[in-house]
Amino acid sequence: MAEWLSDNRAIFALLTIIGLLIAFVWSIRVGVLQTRLRARDEVFGDPERTKGGWYWAVCGVAALMLVWFYFSWGAARAVFPNAANELCQIAKIGESLAPISAALPVRSRYLKSTTLAVRNSAQLEALSTSMPEGVFSADEARRLETSVDRTRQLIALLSNPEFTSQATKRSLADVEGQLADLTGKLEAGPGDMMPSPEALTQSRWGTSEVEIPMLPMTSRGVMFDHVSAELVDVSKDFLSIRNLSPRVEDMIASTAELINSVKKGEPQVDLDENGAKARKAYVKAVERIFKRIDDATIFPAQAMEGINNAVAKLNATVDDAKGGLGIVEATFFPGQGIVKSKTQCTEQGSGRWLPKPSDVVVTFVTLANPDMSGGGGYKGTRLLWWKWLSIADVVGFLFPDSIVDMLPGDYGTHGVDGEFQPTYKDHMLAFAQGDVYLGSVPMLDGHIWDSLFRVLVAMAFGIMLGVPLGIYMGVSRLFKSFFDPLIELYRPVPPLAWAPLILTIFGIQDDGKIFLLFMVAFAIMVISARTGASGTQLSKIRASHSLGATDRQILRYVILPNALPEILTGVRISIGVCWGTLVAAEMLAGTTGIGFIENVARTVSDYELIWVTILIMGLLGLLFDLVMRWVIGKLIPWRGKG
Amino acid sequence: MSDLICRDLCMTFRDAQSGAEVEALKNINFELKQGEILAVLGPSGCGKTTLLNMVAGFLNPTSGDLTLGGVDIEGPGAERGMVFQQGALFEWLTVARNVDFGLRMSGAPEAETAEKVLNWLDTVGLQGFGDTPTYQLSGGMQQRVALARCLVNDPSLILMDEPLGALDALTREKMQSLILELWKKTGKTIIVITHSVEEALLLGERLFVMAPRPGRIHREYNLPFAEMGLTRSLREIKQEQEFSSIREEILTMIWDMEEEIMGHG
Ligand SMILES: Nc1ncnc2c1ncn2[C@@H]1O[C@H](COP(=O)(O)OP(=O)(O)OP(=O)(O)O)[C@@H](O)[C@H]1O
Ligand SMILES: [Mg+2]
Repeated sequence: MAEWLSDNRAIFALLTIIGLLIAFVWSIRVGVLQTRLRARDEVFGDPERTKGGWYWAVCGVAALMLVWFYFSWGAARAVFPNAANELCQIAKIGESLAPISAALPVRSRYLKSTTLAVRNSAQLEALSTSMPEGVFSADEARRLETSVDRTRQLIALLSNPEFTSQATKRSLADVEGQLADLTGKLEAGPGDMMPSPEALTQSRWGTSEVEIPMLPMTSRGVMFDHVSAELVDVSKDFLSIRNLSPRVEDMIASTAELINSVKKGEPQVDLDENGAKARKAYVKAVERIFKRIDDATIFPAQAMEGINNAVAKLNATVDDAKGGLGIVEATFFPGQGIVKSKTQCTEQGSGRWLPKPSDVVVTFVTLANPDMSGGGGYKGTRLLWWKWLSIADVVGFLFPDSIVDMLPGDYGTHGVDGEFQPTYKDHMLAFAQGDVYLGSVPMLDGHIWDSLFRVLVAMAFGIMLGVPLGIYMGVSRLFKSFFDPLIELYRPVPPLAWAPLILTIFGIQDDGKIFLLFMVAFAIMVISARTGASGTQLSKIRASHSLGATDRQILRYVILPNALPEILTGVRISIGVCWGTLVAAEMLAGTTGIGFIENVARTVSDYELIWVTILIMGLLGLLFDLVMRWVIGKLIPWRGKG
Repeated sequence: MSDLICRDLCMTFRDAQSGAEVEALKNINFELKQGEILAVLGPSGCGKTTLLNMVAGFLNPTSGDLTLGGVDIEGPGAERGMVFQQGALFEWLTVARNVDFGLRMSGAPEAETAEKVLNWLDTVGLQGFGDTPTYQLSGGMQQRVALARCLVNDPSLILMDEPLGALDALTREKMQSLILELWKKTGKTIIVITHSVEEALLLGERLFVMAPRPGRIHREYNLPFAEMGLTRSLREIKQEQEFSSIREEILTMIWDMEEEIMGHG
């Protein structure tokens, strides 16, 4: 079932897109009608105006989803399921032609020969004025100067069409001819070329490990595939062409000899260590530039003209042969299109880093599948499930062993038979260490729960300790002045700056992360409780004094409820901040949690998984906030009405 | 008898930053018998609130004595109830819970408390509003809750700082009748601070007109109108010749004071 859904995801995507388009158009229609209906009795700037308007929400969500479908190429895959395969065949041509294109002003401004000639001439110029003094004898210096000069002349010889040999010209013309032949084949069209049966059984675009099927699945694709295969040989031929002629060869040989004579010869002046280094470096620099020229791949500009035209013609013909596919590519494949490299065709640009909505769903379903042997979960932990939690483990965690140590009496010893004779203390110790079976309770489990658990525990401690302290700081000079500097000193440090230190001290287990989050929650809770407490109206305090309430009663029954709105706002803010910090902390260390999944996904560039974790985090964050808003509405209906 | 006795009361505020001193009150002397109702009138800043806060125990006088029933006033206490200009109600509690706040804090028995609360809500005309949150009440109703909250505690002295200042004219008149009614019914000593000359004349069996810089009692009146108000309608009383003449006299007096302040400033 899941597989069938997965294989047909293009069709489901298409249906979804159609649905979204309808929703988009329809919601705009409703919105416009509603706006017109209400236009009469509305006052600009009245907050009432912003109420309602769910149809615009539908419109916005639909638009966002459509943009997502479009930029992730989800729309392209849904509407043109074979386009990627054909574009892949065309990308093959690009790859095969790459060695020739590199020599030409294709996707660059200058001929490669021009670039080489200009850059090396400039470097030779620089070299001839920077010969170090006192490390060469007059003779050596003259020989090096000549070498530089001859290299320069070599560039000139290579660039001059007069000195291009007949053989070279013939080879270039031959490549040109082959390119023209292939252009002719493209012009002739696919004819009766047929995709191989093997090609037709390939899994479809985006449904398997191989992102885009490689073998051509259409007759047009077969044609492109053939041409690209032949182009590989043409490119090889081109690469083997050297601009050699007798004069050039003479010049190369004599210059090489000259440079070698200085390089191999004993220095004719006395040199200290630095001098020897400078001498060696200079000779090496001269030789390096010479070596760049001596493979004779600089051609006269005129000599490349023919091939340049032939390649331009070929590319134009490829574009023509694409036909409607060209328009599809331009409109439905935003980004850098499809590129072939060695063994695979890949999506480039937004198609690559923005996964298609349907793929995200598939990834999520796989991740959420609780059957781990069936490929569900991630790195040995389910996404969200339940398990039996041993009560003894909880007791062992909460009940420190040292309490047992403090009990009167001694631990057991071994008796005369050598067997252990436990006392009551040993039994207590077993209890404290969680070795006594106390039954199990069902408990949530999985990455999401691990993340939630950390936040919830940290929040619980933050509220339990932060609120009382904050309230006392709001009413007591001693508490305020004593704790204010301490909290204000650690609070401004970004939580993530604490993370490396705290994770080092506590280890990568839960306690480190919980403590880190506790620090975050604690500071926020203290500050909000304090603001709430110190914001109590004086008249309320005075009224309660006059009603005979004691200080403690005023704290509990007047100041605390008065601070409740601020406290709950603090809870809302700190849940948000904790959530953000947690994910980052999980990225730093740990083996479970949403942040952990994303971090692993990042290291393997699994964009789908990254987006799934981002979406999970966003939705959970939204859920927290909705719950908090509901709680606030329930608990403090009087907010802002005092 | 728990009379309120005030001897040579002085209050000087010192500004913490500039060190400037304000003589808010200087040599205040008066005696208030059990069951009397006193209205205090005066231009803004003459120290009315300061005086009331000292009686309530929220401020310590710089010098002088303040005793209630022969006992020095040191800090706030349940025997001196206070009603503020704007309720100072606990908006997180219902009407009934606001009213029984004092009793709950002192740990009075629950059944008895509930009965008292019902009675007082009846008296102030809020029957049936016990479970309403206070923020859903109108301003006049909130002041009634504040009154009930104060009265249920059975204080011997009730202090009111402009209790009707934020109400509209009609509600205000009703509340004035209510205060007089409660005064008669309970026989409590009451001090009412007000900005309205009419209100002061209507409510005050005794009336202090205070003057500023330094704050002092400028004139003292003994008035018959509060007594009248128990049996006749307030509107009628306002028509009385005597009422109008005293009102004009006091208005002129306060105008002159204000003028003087403006001149000084
Ligand atoms: N806490 C304080 N610190 C310094 N000065 C104060 C303080 N409280 C009151 N004052 C000053 O004492 C004087 C009397 O203030 P008070 O509030 O008693 O006036 P009031 O008669 O109640 O005025 P109003 O009718 O405007 O309420 C004023 O000049 C005021 O500036
Ligand atoms: Mg005042």
